Amino acid sequence: MNIVVCLKRVPDTETRVRIDAEGTGIETDGVKYVMSPYDEFALEGALRAREAAGTGEVALVTLGDAASGETLRQGLAMGADRAVLLDGTVTPDGLATAKAIAAEIEGVDAPLVLLGVKAADDDQQQVGPMLAVVLGRPCATGVVEFAVEGAVVRCERETEGGTEVLELPLPAVLTITKGAYEPRYASLKGIMAAKKKPLEQKSAIAVEPGLVVERLELPPDRPPGRVVGEGPEAVPELVRLLREEAKVL
Amino acid sequence: MGDVLAVVEQRGGQPRGVANEVVAAARLVAEGLGGATHALALGGDGLAGAVGSLASYGADRILVGEGAGLARFQPDAHAEVVSRVAGAGYDAVVFCATAQGKDLAPRVAARLGVPLATDVTGIDVTSGGLQVIRPVYAGKAFARVGFRASPALFSIRPNVFPPRQVPGAGEVQSVDASHAEPAARLIEFREAGSGTLDVAEATIVVSGGRGMKDPENWHLLEDLRDAIGDGAGMGASRAVVDAGWRPHAEQVGQTGKTVAPKLYVAVGISGAIQHLAGMRTAGTIVAINKDADAPIFQVADYGVVGDLFEVLPRLTGAIRELKAGG
Ligand SMILES: Cc1cc2nc3c(=O)[nH]c(=O)nc-3n(C[C@H](O)[C@H](O)[C@H](O)COP(=O)(O)OP(=O)(O)OC[C@H]3O[C@@H](n4cnc5c(N)ncnc54)[C@H](O)[C@@H]3O)c2cc1C
Ligand SMILES: Nc1ncnc2c1ncn2[C@@H]1O[C@H](COP(=O)(O)O)[C@@H](O)[C@H]1O
Repeated sequence: MNIVVCLKRVPDTETRVRIDAEGTGIETDGVKYVMSPYDEFALEGALRAREAAGTGEVALVTLGDAASGETLRQGLAMGADRAVLLDGTVTPDGLATAKAIAAEIEGVDAPLVLLGVKAADDDQQQVGPMLAVVLGRPCATGVVEFAVEGAVVRCERETEGGTEVLELPLPAVLTITKGAYEPRYASLKGIMAAKKKPLEQKSAIAVEPGLVVERLELPPDRPPGRVVGEGPEAVPELVRLLREEAKVL
Repeated sequence: MGDVLAVVEQRGGQPRGVANEVVAAARLVAEGLGGATHALALGGDGLAGAVGSLASYGADRILVGEGAGLARFQPDAHAEVVSRVAGAGYDAVVFCATAQGKDLAPRVAARLGVPLATDVTGIDVTSGGLQVIRPVYAGKAFARVGFRASPALFSIRPNVFPPRQVPGAGEVQSVDASHAEPAARLIEFREAGSGTLDVAEATIVVSGGRGMKDPENWHLLEDLRDAIGDGAGMGASRAVVDAGWRPHAEQVGQTGKTVAPKLYVAVGISGAIQHLAGMRTAGTIVAINKDADAPIFQVADYGVVGDLFEVLPRLTGAIRELKAGG
């Protein structure tokens, strides 16, 4: 069972965002980068599926700059078998990203492609289903658990109002959300082994982005908070403010 | 030229509340571009009779695709029909960033070969062409985004664009609803407790954190939610989701849902940066926490410092009284 996992390198969620001099991106100085949190779930899901099958490889693909190699190494340390760094520019246009990734995946024999449900920087929540359309494969989004059964993959998704169980014929694309796949830590042995695993670097195909960030701005400051009072005695005043000042009740 | 399509959702054969928000956003763009606003709804047979209300919210024409295969949301079937309509000469196509819209819109974009901006909170058509504003880094910054392709596709965040009543009578017109048999097969659907409103769509969110101490105590929050009534939903911090007290579907924050309700009540939540990321754009924020130094008080419009086990029942009681008094 060969599986491809698409990973993105993003600023750590603790990052304090500062706008750069051009006003279209963030100041990257001093920012710590990590594997996007949902991609960790996707990778964990892939590793467990490979372990369940007892055979096959987990390959990682990322579109990014050379520094993304570090994130791929982290994935290899968790247990992936090999990695491909598509060296190219990352833009908010998820379709451009999907096309670049599809060009790599088309030549790979992997019935299952896993992505995170959304990347923790642009929050576009789109690359997975776009990749599926470009590849001409079926796709389930927001999967919390899956199992490969012969020629199909059975997926559980949390939807509005309940849990859906879907069966998709392979090859298929899944986007993974938080659910069954609490990511494992890389062991020291894993970190050592990762250094010897293949990490291939190639140029990404050039795709002109159709979405352009014209300007990036910080959100307006919220006025400083006000403490209405202490304990249950504050409730009547709180309710009055909610009703008369905020007009939300 | 300049026509804009609003792709609206139905549930149980009726347009959903957010449908009027999508039409309002589409109309904003159409007015800027000097075109008409069309709404497109897909569903089972009989839908055409239920969509007329969209006209009074600004749809100049209401397109309806009916078919047994469309009664339930089937991503590929819906994407095929929507792409066919959307690709027929619109300048912009607007979706809603609901659970369903987040699944549908990227498929339509990829079929049309155009980019997509998701979860938009602002629209600008004054400065020559269309630009949209969308949160990035979980709301820690806002990007003004321009389109280099047509049609311009974007989805709007629920609760941001108020519905507008516009006099006029849009005619209802049916569209070709044929589609291929979807490859994905639904094997089973396990319904959750009835009346669960998705936290991202709720207009008021009551949210609990580790300060709630035990999942058994959640009835205190449920009572408050029920006292507030229609449009109120339940949220949670990651700490309590990780502990298995609440489902991930309720998690608010960077690795959960982003919400923009008119009122957000944070109870026993410290206000970590990843939590704030998911709720800081709420209209009014209330915090109840026993620690006066908790970071949540820095964003709360109204804070109550105190033991939630004393404050919550009192608050619920006061709101019940208020509602009963009219
Ligand atoms: C990569 C990453 C992603 C994350 N994503 C998210 C996310 O999406 N959403 C999210 O919420 N968090 C997220 N977190 C976790 C976040 O950093 C915090 O750990 C979490 O939000 C804390 O949850 P909490 O406020 O419920 O718990 P705590 O921080 O433990 O706060 C509990 C609060 O309850 C108060 N309290 C206790 N008892 C009472 C009482 N009797 N009455 C009143 N108040 C009381 C305490 O004073 C305290 O402020 C993420 C973290 C990481 C590293
Ligand atoms: N540059 C990238 N390289 C590899 N995978 C990516 C990239 N961008 C996004 N993805 C994948 O697509 C998912 C959704 O991203 P997005 O649609 O940008 O929110 C991520 O969780 C990744 O799995």
